[in-house]
Amino acid sequence: MNAVSVQNLKKYYGPVHALDGLNMEVAPGAVYGFLGPNGAGKTTTLRLLTGLAIPTSGTAQVAGVDVFKMRNRLAPHIGHLPEEPAFYPWMTPREFLDYLGGLYGLNGAALLARRKELLALVRMEDVSKRRIAGFSRGMRQRLGVAAALIHHPEVLFLDEPASALDPAGRKEVLDLIEGLRGQCTVVMSTHILADVERVCDVVGIINKGRMVVQAGRQELLERYAIPAFELEADDHAALTQWSEKLPRLPWVSGVTPQNGSIRVIVKDTRAAKQNLLKQAIEAGLILNRFEEVRPSLEDVFLQLVGTESVS
Amino acid sequence: MNFIKVLRKEMMEQWRTYRFLIILAVLVVFGMTSPLLTKFMPQMFKAIPGMTPELLNAMPAPSVQEAVGQYVKSMNQFGILLAILTTMGIVVQEKERGTAAFFLTRPVSRETFLLAKFSAQTVTFFAGVLIAALGSWYYTDVLFEPLAWGPFLALNGLMLLAFMLYIALALLGSAIARSQGTAIGISISAGIVVAVLGALPSIGNYFPARLFTWGTMLVLGAPDSAWPALVVTIGIMIAALLAACLIFRRQEI
Repeated sequence: MNAVSVQNLKKYYGPVHALDGLNMEVAPGAVYGFLGPNGAGKTTTLRLLTGLAIPTSGTAQVAGVDVFKMRNRLAPHIGHLPEEPAFYPWMTPREFLDYLGGLYGLNGAALLARRKELLALVRMEDVSKRRIAGFSRGMRQRLGVAAALIHHPEVLFLDEPASALDPAGRKEVLDLIEGLRGQCTVVMSTHILADVERVCDVVGIINKGRMVVQAGRQELLERYAIPAFELEADDHAALTQWSEKLPRLPWVSGVTPQNGSIRVIVKDTRAAKQNLLKQAIEAGLILNRFEEVRPSLEDVFLQLVGTESVS
Repeated sequence: MNFIKVLRKEMMEQWRTYRFLIILAVLVVFGMTSPLLTKFMPQMFKAIPGMTPELLNAMPAPSVQEAVGQYVKSMNQFGILLAILTTMGIVVQEKERGTAAFFLTRPVSRETFLLAKFSAQTVTFFAGVLIAALGSWYYTDVLFEPLAWGPFLALNGLMLLAFMLYIALALLGSAIARSQGTAIGISISAGIVVAVLGALPSIGNYFPARLFTWGTMLVLGAPDSAWPALVVTIGIMIAALLAACLIFRRQEI
């Protein structure tokens, strides 16, 4: 049984189709990157899967619980970190975690131990008795992670967990998420490709309320990668002149000049590896760089979603 | 689901955000000082330069009836105002701030979320009315004559019930609204509607304003009863709470 399973989920706000038949499957234990441009429907999906919103139609199961029929039974199974976690400013982290732990039935020594463990995990022991009112965005985000984990949830939903943080804060939160691998299923929505590339092993790309593709990160890179090589030379004119002959070769499908270099898109990587460098040397070119281009998630994303709203 | 834990958090919030102290202070000050004002008002007026003997004679002589009347009037005005003002933002503020979304994915049902807030407000008003009543009873005893405990308790119980109705109406407004402005509009409008209906001679006997008169009459030993008003008040309060729960349960946060 999958940790998250969504079938034909629709959410309409009047004429706006925020979700338009979304299907999604997340295996237990996966760190799932839910990727999409702004307004693609990521937050709406998470709000639906955590019981905060009501769908127009469709079904969803999280940790075996039917989200829309048994909303009240969902809470013990999930952890949720909204994009901007909100707290009671008059509370301290210690009081806050104790309150939350109590709601999940933790008490006494077990609660004390869990609170201590989480405060250490998010490195907030020093400020555990300070009012939350004065906390920075990064501190709130870290406390939000601790709050989402207090009851060892089976599925953890994180909505843009690092998008508004500075580089140091982002690294901290991503390290935390990476550390959760194997402990629970993580569904992380984001529009930051680098974050997904860093921590997620499965990726779902959503656009205009529909799932465009869903696969393992490596599989996705391989499936959508364009086999290409980049060559760079000081004598750019000679390089360009030589490259004009390349499309005639049977294993080359195209050549794109770039800033000071060329990108050769090939049909047969093996033949390209055997011949391309050899032919360049034979043509008398002195190369600064010859590289097989490693496809990035950004390349895949741009192919599938387009360029209009990529951050 | 977790009602006691959420109620405890609500009470802590009332204390830390000074809401408890503000409600207590206003009710105690206006309730407790009513017999004092009644007693010393004529003397205060006498001290105003240019006050004519005709005007002074027109003022009612201080009496226990006047003291009780002043107490009920003050508690009526300030209690209802406080009930609406301190309740109308308590749900909508959490929706706007995001704490509602954060907590409603926890094992806290939406009904618990609302009813814990209603209960916390009721506890605070109970404490305020209790201390105000004790102070008023004490000063009335010292300055005029002792009041019978039973009827005075009944008066305060009826007043508390009326405040609970206004708390329930403001909570309904706060649960329905998506913004503070709308919550203020709904809560104040609901309060005005109930007050205006209570002032109409034809149906006024069935509305909460009648509870204040009934309580006053009980204290002064006059024969009176307003059971229909009591039933209607409890009925509206339960209906408002039910409506708030039903609407909030279906609401997207």
